[in-house]
Amino acid sequence: MRKTSEEENTIAPDGKPMDQQPQWRKDFPIDRSQDEFVARRDFTKFLVLTSAAFAVGQSWIVAKSLSDRAAEHAIEARPIAGATELEVGKSKIFHFPTGADPCVLVRTGENEFVAYSQLCTHLSCPILPDPRDGQLHCPCHNGFFEVATGRATAGPPKRPLPKINLEVRNGLVFATGVELRMV
Amino acid sequence: MRRPISRDQKTTIVYGILCFVVLVVVLQLWLLTATMNAWLGGDRTILVPGAVVSIVAFLMNCGLLRYVYVMERRER
Repeated sequence: MRKTSEEENTIAPDGKPMDQQPQWRKDFPIDRSQDEFVARRDFTKFLVLTSAAFAVGQSWIVAKSLSDRAAEHAIEARPIAGATELEVGKSKIFHFPTGADPCVLVRTGENEFVAYSQLCTHLSCPILPDPRDGQLHCPCHNGFFEVATGRATAGPPKRPLPKINLEVRNGLVFATGVELRMV
Repeated sequence: MRRPISRDQKTTIVYGILCFVVLVVVLQLWLLTATMNAWLGGDRTILVPGAVVSIVAFLMNCGLLRYVYVMERRER
């Protein structure tokens, strides 16, 4: 009979040592201590796979951010309104840079225009301009933004509205880019 | 000459490594959540450092797992 080590209690049916056994038998050991080792080892392996998934997710965020940045640089200026189309204090809804990005243009003075994304920075409800009060109002949770700067003044939103950069050329107001702001 | 590692020692080592890997994976989870939060808030400054740390953590975990397999092979 084959001599076994003091730790190796189980003898395979064919009598050969464990290192000569098929993989499936090594993966499902009978000896308790070896079974514990294999279970922990496999759990560690599973956690390393989870760790790989987190690293991939983190890398995906970087890749997506870089592609978004490239898309931002590729934004083309587009006319959104005539310079005399709006009266002072009036506003107009437009979409920029894509048809899925609603924005609001406000004429704040004779030659002064401001434009912001229409989506509230709290939960993306559409904000309603109320330029007479000098505010933009989000009716969902009563958030308020200052028309002149787009900064949050009251309610749940903390961050300012993304600003649409504007240029007035040849009697037309052009949207030229989007500026995301943190404070 | 190296003394062979007993099964009990092996199990103790794999437990230690497992604890460490769990800690690192939890750290990666927190890092991913924090990075996602910052990114959706428009802050892009921590994206690259976050990704680098996460990849380093993953490589460290790979090294530890490899050690477990090397240790197992050496014992046979």
